[in-house]
Amino acid sequence: MSPAKKTRRVSNRRAVSAEVQLRPERELRAITERVLRLAKAGGIPEVEVHVDEVIDALTRFANNAIHQHVAEHGLTVSLRVAVDGRTARVTTNRIEEDSLRAALESVASLAASQPKDPGLLPLPAKQKYRAVQRFIAPTAAVSAESRARAVKNACSLAESKGQIAAGIFSSGQSQSVLANSSGLFASYRQTQAEFSVTMQQGSATSWAKANAADFRAFDPLVLAKTASEKAARAENPVELAPGRYTVILEPAAVLDLVGFLFYDFAATAVRDQRSCFSGRLGKLLLGENITIIEDVYHPEQLGAPFDGEGIPRQRVVLVDSGVPRNLVYSRRSAKKAGARPTGHGFALPNEYGEAPMNLVVAGGNSSVEEMISGTGRGLLVTRLWYIREVDPHEKIMTGMTRDGLFLVEKGKVTQAVRNFRFNQSILQMLKNVECLGPAHRATAEESFEMVVPPMKIRDFHFSEVTKF
Amino acid sequence: MWDYCGHSLDVARLRGATYADVRVMHIRHRDLTTKGGEVGTLGQSESIGLGIRVVVNGAWGFASTDQLTREGVAACAAQAVAIAKASALAKKEDVQLAAESSYVDSWQGPCQKDPFEIPLEAQIDLLLKADAAMRQVKGVTLTETDMQFRKIDSWFASSAGSKIHQRRVLSGCGLVATSFQGDAIQKRSYPNSFGGQHILGGYELIEAMVLLKNAPQIAEEAVALHSALQCPEKKSTLILGGSQLGLQIHESIGHPIELDRVLGQEANFAGTSFLTLDKLNHLRYAAPIVNVVADARAAHGPGLGTFAYDDEGVPAQCIEVIKDGEFRGYLSSRETAHLVGLERSGGTMRTESWNRLPMIRMTNVSLLPGTWTLENLIADTEDGILMETNRSWSIDDRRYQFQFSTEIAWEIKGGKQGRMLKNPSYSGITTEFWNSCDAICNADHWVLWGTPNCGKGQPMQTMGTGHGAAPARFRNVKIGTAFSNE
Repeated sequence: MSPAKKTRRVSNRRAVSAEVQLRPERELRAITERVLRLAKAGGIPEVEVHVDEVIDALTRFANNAIHQHVAEHGLTVSLRVAVDGRTARVTTNRIEEDSLRAALESVASLAASQPKDPGLLPLPAKQKYRAVQRFIAPTAAVSAESRARAVKNACSLAESKGQIAAGIFSSGQSQSVLANSSGLFASYRQTQAEFSVTMQQGSATSWAKANAADFRAFDPLVLAKTASEKAARAENPVELAPGRYTVILEPAAVLDLVGFLFYDFAATAVRDQRSCFSGRLGKLLLGENITIIEDVYHPEQLGAPFDGEGIPRQRVVLVDSGVPRNLVYSRRSAKKAGARPTGHGFALPNEYGEAPMNLVVAGGNSSVEEMISGTGRGLLVTRLWYIREVDPHEKIMTGMTRDGLFLVEKGKVTQAVRNFRFNQSILQMLKNVECLGPAHRATAEESFEMVVPPMKIRDFHFSEVTKF
Repeated sequence: MWDYCGHSLDVARLRGATYADVRVMHIRHRDLTTKGGEVGTLGQSESIGLGIRVVVNGAWGFASTDQLTREGVAACAAQAVAIAKASALAKKEDVQLAAESSYVDSWQGPCQKDPFEIPLEAQIDLLLKADAAMRQVKGVTLTETDMQFRKIDSWFASSAGSKIHQRRVLSGCGLVATSFQGDAIQKRSYPNSFGGQHILGGYELIEAMVLLKNAPQIAEEAVALHSALQCPEKKSTLILGGSQLGLQIHESIGHPIELDRVLGQEANFAGTSFLTLDKLNHLRYAAPIVNVVADARAAHGPGLGTFAYDDEGVPAQCIEVIKDGEFRGYLSSRETAHLVGLERSGGTMRTESWNRLPMIRMTNVSLLPGTWTLENLIADTEDGILMETNRSWSIDDRRYQFQFSTEIAWEIKGGKQGRMLKNPSYSGITTEFWNSCDAICNADHWVLWGTPNCGKGQPMQTMGTGHGAAPARFRNVKIGTAFSNE
């Protein structure tokens, strides 16, 4: 019941097409140069320019047919100026020179309308970046027709099993260029593809999903088969009493819980005393088998190697063997804390500061199958849903199980179980991890993609049961 | 803008579209925040572009572009047609649209004071003063304020001949005081959490909010919560304040009645609904005193779900959802109406932006007022708990089982509001909960709350919805589960 093995490929037939493509980087650089020139002519001393271009397409299916099928293409220019200790931002998707000049006048006026900010830092100078290659040309060339054919295969599988398929197959490409009047220039482009499928058999459902820079890294049909087989086993769920259970969380379920910690690692959140790590840094807080690293350079991650101000992202060990050791910093929060910026700041101005966006939770050697075979009585959890924070300091989260909850007895999956609501502290949960599997890029719906392992956890708290 | 609309429709028609509609949208944002006495976010943005939706070979295609030239919109229309042809590779039935007249109209929503014309200095000054008023309370460790304004112009045209321009100005504002003591974080928000109150309207909203009077009060409550009693775990009578009840309506009535969910079209992401088609007109959803409508008309009030036409050109309507406790109606579209025996769409197709497909969304899904004053309702309650202002919310993917927690609560004993309670929460099953409602406050207490952050669809779209509610009482509700360890 682990995620689909990456063994087959979507048909490449007709994949290369006349699909819309990103502009050459030089065109985006030219926009930044035009803005910098206009700013200089207008007497604006400090200006920062972000140019972002997005091309995305998504094929959506339900009831074994495509029902929505969309494509978008957009480019935005976002300007920030700093004038006399004041800063503001204006964003527009009108890129002709008159519009850019008007945007500059507007942002200068916005900046001047507020009190002086004594903590505002000068724009950073030119930086050096570690190269990352995340633009995969065949993914950029995926066509509407090739997505539709893959969807048709998944729907045909569902029909052959008497099931109903729903999901998405998306593909896209994006690029970002950042420049400022102090000579900084950064650029990045990536592709991304995603397939997500829900299979319904009677009133039972199950689900599988994958996301990668290269659409060939996953096989939609294998994902569909995984969801199909689990949906067949999810029929006729028994109702169990709420309580504390040993759980085996598949990677998507781990991701969606652990992912809620991401902002707690922000120096600004700790300073604001709204992080669960406030007053707890340097103390053994989690299990000694828990290590969490922020690492945009991990080979399975996506994302730019620089932050919203153009500062290079650093690899940061956040939790070391159960001890929260380090935080991530923007330039501003670093200065306040007497630390070095880690390259995790959001585009200014903002009140949130920074956050790690590429968490890697160190894994172990136990496969999900081994976790099952070593469990006397427990629950296997496919995914979680509608997770919300109940208590920010104890990090108690509530949410539901969804799309496949199974009882494990004497080392075997024996039957499906009605979905539970949980109220569980993530901190407590990460003290109770009995074993971990290999860590890989996981994708779900509540948190952005990260590298996480499956986990076996004791005493997971389910508080109520629903009707299905 | 009409030229771009017309040209893209022409191209779509020439390339084989049997139906097409197009939206040009110009969206302007202004966002201001403060935190701890300093300006946080200070920004404006604008976005303009075109999205076209076509039916070719009986299947849908949609494409969007920010290239507002004849060549740009023609290429976009051609792409939408190509996408529709690809969709036809995996279709079951041809798209069938309910009949609708064509309209040529222009409409502007209510807006007494354009927030984009109010000097920014005045807006920042007000937020900083409210921020300072909260920080004067000892024990407050974090203060936050925000204002958000939107001005949305949309030009809709269809191959059936409609040409509709609408302008909607949206305004929102809120305050939050947080207090961290020992191992606990408590917070209070005004007038609502997660961004405050939001309406279809202008700066008159902010002027009516009396921010500086309310700021110290929520700050004092945030600090006082630390020494309040823990909300007990038991079954109890529950009175919900209006804003929390608005979210309860959103999650346990608004989403289940979306026909796309019911039909499985959201099964992979947002989920489905327990309100299967057999339940229409055959389900006692709620107690007989409960009446709920989905009303997009201006007459319902300046809600985030108020408009003149939806984003497929259908006029705003009032849909009876629950009548005297019985389930009576879904939110529908031109494509789904016939599946529930309707001759016409309910007019609930809405899009976040020019680059997103319209989809079935809540309009203003509101609980109609009852007869009680809040004072009389409390006086009539021997033993219960009054909860106000949402802190967290969660419900399963078929919308049966929910759990909400609120920022604050008070005991009610012998008909009187008593001690403050911290960490309140309640949970239940949707229809059991609504059938336990035995009193609803009157129109004097009724507020059309705005929920600005409803997420749905793939790619995700965020939409504002309206929820009119007055405080109401529910019997025998499970209280305190969120903090239970058993």
